[in-house]
Amino acid sequence: MLSKREKDLIAEVWTKLIPVAEDIGSDALTRMFATFPGTKTYFSHLDISPRSAHLLSHGEKIVLAIAEGAQDIDQLAVSLAPLQTLHAYQLRIDPTNFKLFSHCMLVALAAHMGDDFTPVVHAAIDKYLSAFAAVLAEKYR
Amino acid sequence: MVEWTDFERATIADIFSKMEYEVIGPAALSRCLVVYPWTQRYFGNFGNLYNAAAIIGNPLVAKHGTTILHGLDRAVKNMDNIKSEYAELSVLHSEKLHVDPDNFRLLSDCLTIVISAKLGKEFNGEVQAAFQKFLAVVVTSLGRQYH
Repeated sequence: MLSKREKDLIAEVWTKLIPVAEDIGSDALTRMFATFPGTKTYFSHLDISPRSAHLLSHGEKIVLAIAEGAQDIDQLAVSLAPLQTLHAYQLRIDPTNFKLFSHCMLVALAAHMGDDFTPVVHAAIDKYLSAFAAVLAEKYR
Repeated sequence: MVEWTDFERATIADIFSKMEYEVIGPAALSRCLVVYPWTQRYFGNFGNLYNAAAIIGNPLVAKHGTTILHGLDRAVKNMDNIKSEYAELSVLHSEKLHVDPDNFRLLSDCLTIVISAKLGKEFNGEVQAAFQKFLAVVVTSLGRQYH
């Protein structure tokens, strides 16, 4: 459950990340591949070496989608509809991996924001990413 | 037996040699209590945990956070035998404290994030992987004696 204050905080944080989307996104992905090697199996068609062109582009896409959702969290099911279909019918990424990625995103944010990544900010974003992942997996079955 | 690479051993030794226990321990435990509020169930006698500010400023939380972090020292000193190092503590957490072992994972996630905030870029993907592997072994060992 997200309070109004948390929703505003989340929108504020993610808006600030838009200019560094490819850095944050590729960092989160690199962390995930290093820490949870099984996740690499979904990327055999891409060059996922640190800061490769593929990784920067892919990381940017993900962060921009999360940032867009953050602007109106109450409408997540609407704004994510196309991505829901993509993940359910084409990508079919096991949803357990969403948790792994979310964790690595939080670690990336902590490295990027340092002290600004307070427990309150951490809690709000963790809740948002959980909600985001849940919506993304909705069309799976 | 867990196999550790030279890089992993060096990484763990390095992180803990520079560890500020009285800062990181409290930060990790209080973060856990804020981000996963249901973990507060184990701290009914810690006084005011009413909101984030109260938790972060609570001296009992701070003291306990430091204690827990020092609990990792025995694993750092004996990385080749972490399972046996924690056998007794595992029994304690199961039989006496009745702590759901999933909480060990929650706390270790918070510790990872606190370390990441502190070290920034230096805590890159490879370092994170080594640190999380270490914590995963500790977490498994602490849960090992539950039945």
